Amino acid sequence: MRFTLNGRPVSFEGAGSRRLLDVLREDLHQTGTKEGCGEGECGACSVLIDGEVVNSCLVAAGQVEGCDVTTVEGLATNGGLSPLQRAFIERGAAQCGICTPGMLLAAHVLLQRMRRPSADDVREGLAGNLCRCTGYTKIIEAVLSCAT
Amino acid sequence: MRDVTYLRPRTLSEAVQLYRTTPGCRPLAGGTDLMVMLHARTLRPEPRGGAVLDLWSLAELKGVRRHGDMLEIGAAEPYTGIIGSTEAEQHLPALVAAARTIGAAQIQNRGTLGGNLANASPAGDTLPVLLAYDAVVVTDRRAIPIDRFFTGYRKTALESDELITAVRFPIGRQVAFRKVGTRAAQAISKVVMAVSLAPARIAIGSVAELPIRATRAEAALARGDTAAAVAAVAADIRPIDDVRSTAAYRRAVTQNVLRELLDALTRR
Repeated sequence: MRFTLNGRPVSFEGAGSRRLLDVLREDLHQTGTKEGCGEGECGACSVLIDGEVVNSCLVAAGQVEGCDVTTVEGLATNGGLSPLQRAFIERGAAQCGICTPGMLLAAHVLLQRMRRPSADDVREGLAGNLCRCTGYTKIIEAVLSCAT
Repeated sequence: MRDVTYLRPRTLSEAVQLYRTTPGCRPLAGGTDLMVMLHARTLRPEPRGGAVLDLWSLAELKGVRRHGDMLEIGAAEPYTGIIGSTEAEQHLPALVAAARTIGAAQIQNRGTLGGNLANASPAGDTLPVLLAYDAVVVTDRRAIPIDRFFTGYRKTALESDELITAVRFPIGRQVAFRKVGTRAAQAISKVVMAVSLAPARIAIGSVAELPIRATRAEAALARGDTAAAVAAVAADIRPIDDVRSTAAYRRAVTQNVLRELLDALTRR
């Protein structure tokens, strides 16, 4: 089965009922996407399918055939971090880092939809992404600092 | 999950045919329930290995559209599509309100009415709303009134080879909705309720082994006695103690939420 991953055509073998999360990590060696709870509660495995944020632990890999999938590896361009990624570093919005890829993707979509989100908009946009280290204040500040 | 066959029909008629001819096959839409069960192996499609039938991208199961004097929502239309639909916002605001409380963006982008119905969890957040609107579940062969759809704990009136294709809602009914969970997002309901004054409908989730209509309370409401409805609802529900809440809490909150929703509706 074939799909586009971060702008490049990729393919994988095996049953399409496998989790997209496992195909990304084990077959395609894109380990930026993390497994947290494995049941759609924590958002650590968030990826974008055709620009919409989803939990990759809940997606059957066959369902992305022909789709554009974006993982955290796809946010950096020309080897440079995105402004959102830089903001996370500068504002201390990451500690252990497991939630960070998912947070970045959910925030990326939010900032594409809303150029100037409020703090409440950011909280709602990231409500499906749980952090157990920093608390959410620095994460929300980092996202707000990227409003244009 | 490597041994579960993945079937991706291109049309609804192909899906119906495959479902009929593949024993033990499970329909798959957004995967928010089924993928968890498959991975945890709490669900093993039979015969050995089994198969999932992917309905997610079937155009026939998408969209929000008028069907005569009803509004019809495709079984595989994600909640995000319902939230973004101007027709749903206008005619089914309680359904839109319920969709907004489900999970967060990741789940709303994948969860569907067809999946919520087929999974038939007593805590399914849209299910009381469907009961309060007297929705109709449309399948590949018939229309099932929602009050005859749930038959027991996670059991439905669907035949073993029957696929949900859409849900139809009457237009023009005022329904109020409230969900009580541990937090605003990513919460499984402790109590979830949808209420209509005319006709009198009081539908509640997470307080019995299936989503229920509170028939004693509805009878009181039909007489216009809202205080009696609040008192009677205690006898309509069968709440339990479990990981999410206690029977005593659910009983108290059910009465409080019913009072609140009746107040809101009578003040409209």
